[in-house]
Amino acid sequence: MSEALKELGEHISDSCADMVKSFHVKHGELTLLAERDSIVRLSKFLKDDNQCVFETLIDICGVDYPERSQRFEVVYHFLSMRLNQRIRVKVSTDESAAVPSLTGLHPSADWFEREAFDMYGIRFAGHPDMRRLLTDYGFEGYPLRKDFPLTGYTEVRYDDLEKRVVYEPVSLVQEYRNFDFLSPWEGMTKELPGDEKAEKEADNG
Amino acid sequence: MADSAYISSSDDDRKFTLNFGPQHPAAHGVLRMIMDLDGEVVERIDSHVGLLHRGTEKLLEYKTYLQGLPYFDRLDYVAPMNQEHAWCLAIERLLGLEVPRRASFIRVLYSEIGRILSHMLNITTQAMDCGALAPITWGFEEREVLIGFYERASGSRMHSAYFRPGGVHQDLPPDLLDDIMHFCGRFPDAIAHIEGLITENRIFKQRNVDIGVVDEKIIMEWGFSGVMVRGSGLAWDLRRSQPYEIYDEIPGDVFKVVVGNNGDNYDRYVCRMEEMLISCDIMKWCIENMPEGEVLLAGSKVSPPRRGDMKRSMEALIHHFKLYTEGFHVPEGEVYACVEAPKGEFGVYLVSDGTNRPYRAKIRAPGYPHLAAMDHLCKGHMLADVSAILGSLDIVFGEIDR
Repeated sequence: MSEALKELGEHISDSCADMVKSFHVKHGELTLLAERDSIVRLSKFLKDDNQCVFETLIDICGVDYPERSQRFEVVYHFLSMRLNQRIRVKVSTDESAAVPSLTGLHPSADWFEREAFDMYGIRFAGHPDMRRLLTDYGFEGYPLRKDFPLTGYTEVRYDDLEKRVVYEPVSLVQEYRNFDFLSPWEGMTKELPGDEKAEKEADNG
Repeated sequence: MADSAYISSSDDDRKFTLNFGPQHPAAHGVLRMIMDLDGEVVERIDSHVGLLHRGTEKLLEYKTYLQGLPYFDRLDYVAPMNQEHAWCLAIERLLGLEVPRRASFIRVLYSEIGRILSHMLNITTQAMDCGALAPITWGFEEREVLIGFYERASGSRMHSAYFRPGGVHQDLPPDLLDDIMHFCGRFPDAIAHIEGLITENRIFKQRNVDIGVVDEKIIMEWGFSGVMVRGSGLAWDLRRSQPYEIYDEIPGDVFKVVVGNNGDNYDRYVCRMEEMLISCDIMKWCIENMPEGEVLLAGSKVSPPRRGDMKRSMEALIHHFKLYTEGFHVPEGEVYACVEAPKGEFGVYLVSDGTNRPYRAKIRAPGYPHLAAMDHLCKGHMLADVSAILGSLDIVFGEIDR
């Protein structure tokens, strides 16, 4: 299985050397890292090439890595029903750079891209109807970004005097408690809590 | 009903804009559609979804893997265990776990029960959308029995949280398999009764035959899966083509892939009817071949220790405490796991950073691309067909809005 996927990955990266940065096979899944600006050309190739035939766009989603300079990854999943194979394509972007939209090639990309915009603020160039999809009318912010708090910024309630639902800043009776159950013995982080003090002292001294 | 912003400014008095939902019995939940009509012909549909958005994906990032599991019951709430299944498969793939054989059989058994639960709700509500009010009462009688089986296995009728990474939570109680077997024996009769109400019904056929026709091009372009594909004659079923658990062991004369011909609403209805009978056969096969043994990986980091061990062994006690506070750690990596849920391909894209919580979990709901194609499917149909098409897409808002 993974040998065949490796061959497929080599075939794609040979044919589209200018579009594919690298590929790897892990957990029986083929992942391509692609250039952002050539995603439309690449998916056209994936759709038409007779060793690929990835005609179905399964999913598009964003992933946020705030520590990277290109903080967002856009992850595409394709499926070929004909050849019974799957592929994942990833491109990177940031808050301002737009990813070319796949709507021309796969109409199903429409809602997936709207959702990625809604949740992460990722921009898609050439999308015909870029509106928010899942969040409330008039919602502000991008909820799935890592710097967006789980509790959000506003809450709603029905105001009996105004006879309508009103928005108010979130007021919590108790601060949201985010327990860190990670044990320092499991080797989760390379640094143990408190280690940073030693370094500071070394710097000072 | 319509917002003033949506009142068409056109001078032509045949054209108008209609607001459908969000509270409408035929919307199958909370769907708001802004429909541009020319007389009674639909020109454009703008679906507004997200009224049931609960931020499941955000919440999952703040919960341990085990705490995240019950959220999956609340996605497609008419077939809860099928969703849990995808989540468990994703975690197991990252951890490299092999599920005990008996657990695999139980999972398949309950996935098929879920399929019947979902299809039964869908076909009867679709009939209701077309004006038949009796089938739903007959169908829910059977659903009630199946939900009872859910309850006896998991303790909960709906939000069962029964599938766990590494197996299923508890072994089945005694007699349950006999009762399910008994149900499977009489279930085809119940289906035949409901079929008698709907299948040859003149009104139902007039409302559904040649309505919402889906061809291969639409399937590929709009990312359809499940019955939406099979209704058009393509034998695509993840249980057969990318088998998980023990689906590849089920003999071909028990598990047949049902396909339609025309890809219209009616064919999809017939497919669902037939699939329920096949599911019933698969359940019977599972019960007949059910092996004895463990149902949850014993002695593994993902499963709790036995209560008896906890009374005697300090390590077991510590493990129990750690499992339910810190949770287990999943190695760094990413994986996409999918199952053939009743509505189509339900997938979970899981990114782990090696901690006890998912870094990112994207839920790929089958109904989402189906509903996205609503505008395309309804264009040129009459207003009355909209609810028939919506019914046959098998929409549940728990999974679309997440």
